[in-house]
Amino acid sequence: MELGRGRFLAGAGAALAAGALPGAALAQTVQLPFANGERTLVAFPQKRPLILLTPRPPQLETPFAVFDQGVYTPNDAFFVRWHLANVPQSVDATAHRIAVTGEVSSALSLSMDDLAKMPAVDVTAVNQCSGNSRGLFTPRVAGGQWGHGAMGNAVWTGVRLRDILDRAGLKPTAKQVQFDGLDGPTLPATPDFKKSLDVSVARMDDVIVAYAMNGEPLPVLNGYPVRLIVPGWFATYWVKMLSSIHVLDHADDNFWMKTAYRIPDTPGNSVAPGTTGYPTIPINRMAVRSFVTNVADGGTLPAGTKQLRGIAFDGGSGIKHVEVSTDGAATWHDAVLERDYGKYSFRRWNARFDVPPGPYTVAVRATANDGATQKATPIWNPSGYLLNAIESYKVTVA
Amino acid sequence: MTKHSLVVLACIAALGASALAAGKPAPPKGVSSISLPGDAGMAFKPGPGAAAAQANCLTCHSSAYVSTQPALTKAQWTAEVTKMKNVYGAPIADDQVAPIADYLTANYGKP
Repeated sequence: MELGRGRFLAGAGAALAAGALPGAALAQTVQLPFANGERTLVAFPQKRPLILLTPRPPQLETPFAVFDQGVYTPNDAFFVRWHLANVPQSVDATAHRIAVTGEVSSALSLSMDDLAKMPAVDVTAVNQCSGNSRGLFTPRVAGGQWGHGAMGNAVWTGVRLRDILDRAGLKPTAKQVQFDGLDGPTLPATPDFKKSLDVSVARMDDVIVAYAMNGEPLPVLNGYPVRLIVPGWFATYWVKMLSSIHVLDHADDNFWMKTAYRIPDTPGNSVAPGTTGYPTIPINRMAVRSFVTNVADGGTLPAGTKQLRGIAFDGGSGIKHVEVSTDGAATWHDAVLERDYGKYSFRRWNARFDVPPGPYTVAVRATANDGATQKATPIWNPSGYLLNAIESYKVTVA
Repeated sequence: MTKHSLVVLACIAALGASALAAGKPAPPKGVSSISLPGDAGMAFKPGPGAAAAQANCLTCHSSAYVSTQPALTKAQWTAEVTKMKNVYGAPIADDQVAPIADYLTANYGKP
């Protein structure tokens, strides 16, 4: 196979990147499906070549073809997103401590050995950036210009946050739990990245402090040695390199809760472009989404393929059913749901697509167990959060 | 139950226990290190105002954060520069906000 310098369609470039390309020496580029969406594939440390959004702070997107290769997203292909450029590049797990402070009976300083002595829990869960797919907003909005690859699914192993909170003993005054990691700003005036959850959310069964990802230590860029896992909730809460659990007696009013990561408190969390004066709330659970993974928009399926397949997920109720249309959303047919890895996981699906050669418009629509389903008309909000419209694909069978 | 079958059962139990122990990863020990590529050779486009953008924006992020944005209007770029100054604490002098916004609009925006 000859690999020259040059430009590849997103699907093809992604497939190559997921293969055996030796690093980024060839500087492969991909075109994300929006204006100014040309990107380079670059291999960061502990990562295969991924779609580079910004090197500083490190922001890397998973090539979409990876999602066709298995229900779990490999650690070296998992997307990366940091807010502040002061990311530690060397972290000693043996010396690392998680401070538990604030409205607790006894403050704690937990080592990895301390975590090892607590009951271990596995949770399979999707980690999706709040701004995943932001580049697809119409009209466009400022912010990190992601395609659909700022997400991944992994089995996370760690200890329940609730067990940690119970060990410290929450005081009756406890209202929210604030999380901070080792990363920081380059300027002292920049607000440090901290996120908070209501005590009722922090105490949920599946919220864990994870020290392993797909059975291995976390890559540094995904938060080695420990990160918070909040299944069903957007990744902004999954604080990396977790170093502080601070219990507050009030609703957190730090910048990253009070000003950033807010969504309109309106139907569908959507507003008309240009609207002002609506109420907002902190972003929280993910909306239901589904994608085709074995062909990209504008791609070609070999005539013998006879199958469409993909993934679906939601904010934690689980996927009830997935429907596929191959005639431009005129008629819909149930897809087959594959093995259930839990309500927070990607759910793989497949559908028979045994058709004569020609052009087709494929669409996929998931419905979650809580009744939520995807709509044809995309939502809009000025921060570019929560996009979950029905995805549509121009596909040629040849 | 014979002594032999008890031994077999004990072995199976031990195997099960060790398999479980092996199945669950333990918290990591030691150092994990990476070396990040910095700005990976990226730079702002040359032109009037580039020096101000260079001096003020690159403290916190690569030029790619700018160059990957959609074509923003001057009002939008002005809002971004103002946000960097007022919210993120970038030490941008008051008289530099407009020249930087002009540079960004001309080079990365919708003039």
